[in-house]
Amino acid sequence: MAALEEEFTLSTVPLGAGPNGLLGVEQSDKTDQFLVTHGGRTVILYKVSDQKPLGSWSVKQGQIITCPAVCNFQTGEFIVVHDNKVLRIWNTEDVNLDKVFKATLSAEIYRIHSIQGTEPLVLFKEGAVRGLEALLAEPQQKIETVLSDDEVIKWTKVFMVFRHPVLIFITEKHGNHFAYIQTFSSRTLSKYTLFHGQEEKSVIQNFTASVDRKFISLMSLSSDGCVYETLIPIHPRDPDENQRVVRSLLLKTVVAGNARSGVALTVLDQDHVAVLGPPLPASKECLSIWNTKFQTLQTSRELPQGTSGQLWYFGENLFMLHGKFLTVIPYKCEVSSLAGALGKLKHSQDPGAHTVPHFVNWETSRGYGFGSQNSEQSKRILRRRKIEVNVPPPAFEQLLSTIKKDSEKDIEVELCKFLAVKRTPDFHTIVGDIVLELLGRHTTEPSFYPRNSLMQLIQTHVLSYSLCPGLMEAALEKTDVQMLQLCLQQFPDIPESITCACLKIFLSISDDSLQETEINMESVSDCSDPVQEKMDEQTEILQNGFNADEQNCDSCDRKLNQKPQDAAEETTSCPVVPKRAALLRNAILHSAYSEMFLLPHLKDIPAQHVTLFLQYLYFLYLKCSENATMTLPGLHPPTLNQIMDWICLLLDANFTVVVMIPEAKRLLLSLYKFVKSQICICSELNKIEVSFRELQKLNQEKNNRELYSIEVLELF
Amino acid sequence: MGEFKVHRVRFFNYVPSGIRCVAYNNQSNRLAVSRTDGTVEIYNLSANYFQEKFFPGHESRATEALCWAKGQRLFSAGLNGEIIEYDLQALNIKYAVDAFGGPIWSMAVSPCGSQLLVGCEDGSVKLFQITPDKIQFERNFDRQKSRILSLSWHPSGTHIAAGSIDYISVFAVKSGSAVHKMLVDRQYMGVSKRKCIIWGVAFLSDGTIISVDSAGKVQFWDSATGTLVKNHLIANADVQSIAVSDQEDSFVVGTAEGTVFHFQLVSVTSNSSEKQWVRTKPFQHHTHDVRAVAHSPTALISGGTDTHLVIRPLMEKVEVKNYDAALRKITFPHRRLISCSKKRHLLLFQFAHHLELWRLGSTVATGKNGDTLPLSKDADHLLHLKTKGPENIICSCISPCGSWIAYSTTSRFFLYRLNYEHDNISLQRVSKMPAFLRSALQILFSEDSTKLFVASNQGSLHTIRLLEGSFKHLHTFQPQSGTVESMCLLAVSPDGNWLAASGTSAGVHVYNIKHLKLHCTVPAYNFPVTALAIAPNTNNLVIAHSDQQVFEYSIPDKQYTEWSRTIQKQGFHYLWLQRDTPITHISFHPKRPMHILLHDAYMFCIIDKSLPLPNDKTLLYNPLPPTNESDVIRRRTAHAFKISKIYKPLLFMDLLDERTLVAVERPLDDIIAQLPPPIKKKKFGT
Repeated sequence: MAALEEEFTLSTVPLGAGPNGLLGVEQSDKTDQFLVTHGGRTVILYKVSDQKPLGSWSVKQGQIITCPAVCNFQTGEFIVVHDNKVLRIWNTEDVNLDKVFKATLSAEIYRIHSIQGTEPLVLFKEGAVRGLEALLAEPQQKIETVLSDDEVIKWTKVFMVFRHPVLIFITEKHGNHFAYIQTFSSRTLSKYTLFHGQEEKSVIQNFTASVDRKFISLMSLSSDGCVYETLIPIHPRDPDENQRVVRSLLLKTVVAGNARSGVALTVLDQDHVAVLGPPLPASKECLSIWNTKFQTLQTSRELPQGTSGQLWYFGENLFMLHGKFLTVIPYKCEVSSLAGALGKLKHSQDPGAHTVPHFVNWETSRGYGFGSQNSEQSKRILRRRKIEVNVPPPAFEQLLSTIKKDSEKDIEVELCKFLAVKRTPDFHTIVGDIVLELLGRHTTEPSFYPRNSLMQLIQTHVLSYSLCPGLMEAALEKTDVQMLQLCLQQFPDIPESITCACLKIFLSISDDSLQETEINMESVSDCSDPVQEKMDEQTEILQNGFNADEQNCDSCDRKLNQKPQDAAEETTSCPVVPKRAALLRNAILHSAYSEMFLLPHLKDIPAQHVTLFLQYLYFLYLKCSENATMTLPGLHPPTLNQIMDWICLLLDANFTVVVMIPEAKRLLLSLYKFVKSQICICSELNKIEVSFRELQKLNQEKNNRELYSIEVLELF
Repeated sequence: MGEFKVHRVRFFNYVPSGIRCVAYNNQSNRLAVSRTDGTVEIYNLSANYFQEKFFPGHESRATEALCWAKGQRLFSAGLNGEIIEYDLQALNIKYAVDAFGGPIWSMAVSPCGSQLLVGCEDGSVKLFQITPDKIQFERNFDRQKSRILSLSWHPSGTHIAAGSIDYISVFAVKSGSAVHKMLVDRQYMGVSKRKCIIWGVAFLSDGTIISVDSAGKVQFWDSATGTLVKNHLIANADVQSIAVSDQEDSFVVGTAEGTVFHFQLVSVTSNSSEKQWVRTKPFQHHTHDVRAVAHSPTALISGGTDTHLVIRPLMEKVEVKNYDAALRKITFPHRRLISCSKKRHLLLFQFAHHLELWRLGSTVATGKNGDTLPLSKDADHLLHLKTKGPENIICSCISPCGSWIAYSTTSRFFLYRLNYEHDNISLQRVSKMPAFLRSALQILFSEDSTKLFVASNQGSLHTIRLLEGSFKHLHTFQPQSGTVESMCLLAVSPDGNWLAASGTSAGVHVYNIKHLKLHCTVPAYNFPVTALAIAPNTNNLVIAHSDQQVFEYSIPDKQYTEWSRTIQKQGFHYLWLQRDTPITHISFHPKRPMHILLHDAYMFCIIDKSLPLPNDKTLLYNPLPPTNESDVIRRRTAHAFKISKIYKPLLFMDLLDERTLVAVERPLDDIIAQLPPPIKKKKFGT
């Protein structure tokens, strides 16, 4: 869950207000140290955690810094540009900027980019890009002109993609925006026209971008207050052609539409963006964190003294101008739960800092912003929301009526709304009622199977078997293994007969149909062999604790491709495909049962399935015994006892059958050998026990003092 | 405070006898315990579980049953076929009546307390009428074919249940005929055992009979129909004892595995009137057979072969959660079994049927606190004196000079003269003891070993002058008119002028030996005296009571001393009052009149009367030596009670001379090692 921590002020010196006050904040080569360039003449190196400056440099009177100072990560030196053309390079030991290395270039510099892993890149105002080394070798070299007349660079950023820098800059000419992508691996410059779509009137005010493997996701904040996303391919198919990219709406009305200044946007991670600006026309400026995936406001912080529309984000710290001071707000995004992402988490806030209340804004896509107390519009919204939020019964009834007649899609939407509401003490019974209602409709109308809604309800963690008796039966009927798995994991009170029915389905479902389903493979990911690891050379993208559905697909497929015969030894290969293994292992082995009630049901399982399950259990046992702690790797592995109990149960229930099956003979023999060895161990242990007892006796005798001794005692 | 050389003695090879029966008396809140050697002990549960009386055992008198009758009369019956009544005042056996049915296995007093029922080896159940001074045989019930091992009266007194081998009989008391005979399943874990012994039965007022048997079962029977109602298999070994609470809402059983199970009558569902017996709590405080259990209103009491008497308070019945709610385990007798000759460094150990005389060793080395010094001479076992006859020794004493040993059984008093010639020792019995010296409850020699004081039962105190090889009876102090209470504790002043004697309840009497008259009586106190001693020079009598109070009474002034008043005013430290074993011995330092030495089974303490008393906020027990603290702090934190818990269980501790102590310990492990092996329980494997 994204959260903003307590803010603090970095500079004690008041800065000039407005965009001229602060040119930029850049990372230095040491963590926690940042270069802050003041508009004008000064560069200060701050240590953020200590909130104190480590060094300060200024240019001579009459000179003016035109581009924020950066750090060359390869040499540890600092670079600054003054008077558009003059480069100064120095390090922390230098005192006077006048006396440090100086290079005068032939063209005006727009910005120097420096990121870890590559040399600094210099972007000229005319659109040309040079590496710093090449420039310094020949400072007066001719710089070509890339941009046309009247075309000015509005924004620029550099990324590392596959260890090569990729530079993007946005230009504007007569209200049209163009994006240029300069790749250094292939030395290509591609140009894109940003197509505004319907909202022709709006003016783009701010940009930010993040990079995927193949696309740069460019986000822009328009004057209508919405955030748009544009996907720009890094490697264009035809670099020479001028291509058009279309932007799409990502977040609606994150800032007031008419905000003139102080609006900024920056990407925090895959799902979160930080937005600076007034949320409502008349309100004070705010820093807000939005989740783009759920379109929810995660947290926000009011900046009553105004800000400058500049926002930087480096390594967990957000930098912005608050009033006349540079302010740092540490930002943390912890692993969040679904509930946390959907609703709000309890958040301790100190009484001093006023924060906009966190709430779920399901209406963002419909054009409503979030509320504050002092505008008429917000009052109206608040009233509306009160009806929805604080009075759950109408919402519940509305949901029930939706369930009765509407389509699955509508139900899902209504359900999402409902679940976002604060939980009441009787939340579980309400959820149970909803499930029963859904199931009721399912029975009368067999084609109606609101799978997604049911899954969502199960994942509220409040359901139990007894609260919704028909649910698992329905899932069994539909052979919905994913749902069954979820139920088995979540419900504490499943009767043995149902567990056994699930087991039957898990064992009998064909591999093909398994392949189509999505199953939580968490616990068996490690069980499969190294094949998967070799395939993946890129690290997986961390998803902010949220398990996207598509995330598992790749690895699932890979796992599916891996067949038992791949493994070298027969004993160590898993007898079932990983998905089935996941079902059995996650769901069945962990389920609670009472032997007496389970045994009769186990007898009904067909013999070959019993054999298969036995083989799998035996395989698990062998896996278990591979390490000293006798545990299986992975998340929530079944314990050795659980495995053993299931083996015993299966054999108890089906022994006469299993004995007759030729293919089970080997398995039984190995089990027999195993038991025999265990008996051997026990008898040896018994022998050892006797020896140990003797040792203990000897030890006691040693401890026992003599029958008679004279000792010295002093009483104090 | 001082440095001592401590003779740490662990060769006192004392093993208490196993507990055979316990009987709880609700009126007096007393518990009678009989042991396998025939000893019967009376514990006063109101007086901090103090063992206030005991009746010595007898080889041929194996007690199998013990019960209280109306008027707090105590009866026992045993395998010699006799029913015995004990005189709780004079501490002797009132009479023994042969039941003429062979060994008696069981006995039960009727609910009204006026009839006694015994179950005999020959299968007969005999009814006795309890008359004010004796018991009178009334009649036999229908004779059964095997021994009657357990008996229980129906609370109305109309029927009885009798447990035998393989069956339970129900008799109508009026007719004496068997109404029902309920056969008990011999099956034991699916295997047919030879016999199923009904170790205990309990007849409840609703007609339910609860039986416990050798197959590990607790069974509920309906006495009206003679049918089995419910069966609990609770052990793999015998269930040997059962006791039901007076309210009949809970009962306790003891098994041969050492486990005690508590059963309670609880409602089947909340707010339903239907109730059923449920096994609620198991307790494992014993290692061996639990031969006997009792159920007091607030506690479960159990005892068995491992010799411990365990009193386990029921938390739901204890109103105040104070120290009384704690578990009590009583292992050692609350009286002295050891006496000591200071002059010759001798220790006399008293066993049930013999005495042992040991000479302590010596050392020339010195050391610092905690050192074990090398012995220049080891301890010697000088003498092993076996008693004649089957009776247990009641008490024994060695004179301070080491020349005299006296001991007494129930019927005979023995006095020996010891002669030491270099390393040889010769023993000479002083014959022709006077007729009045037949049985002594306590024997004491004067400090100069010239006088012998004997407390006989009937309350009289005899004074005897000892001469070389002979003696002369000086005087007999007769008890106060109207009292017959026996004196159990004696103390004589070092100057030989004063003799203090205490019974179990009345106050302490102080006699003037010179003038041969009663000097004064210390006011009676609610709790029995556990130890007393008279200090040298000052002639202050120090008395310890079972509630852990210590009083100091000035004999010449006939009043409590100033120190005693001060400590009574301020009160003892709460930890001091919470100790659960009584003080069994008090002695004094010859050179430091302000010091009092006393000990119980788990600590030994020197009280320095010159130091301030501790209050509840002070640390009572501080085992650590003072570090380099300034003298001021040390003086401020110092208090009168100097406690050492190094030696435990401590059976005896005394000062041999100014710098030498003797401590006799009896480690529990050594006792356990001498017990028969317990039932082995499988731990793992096949």
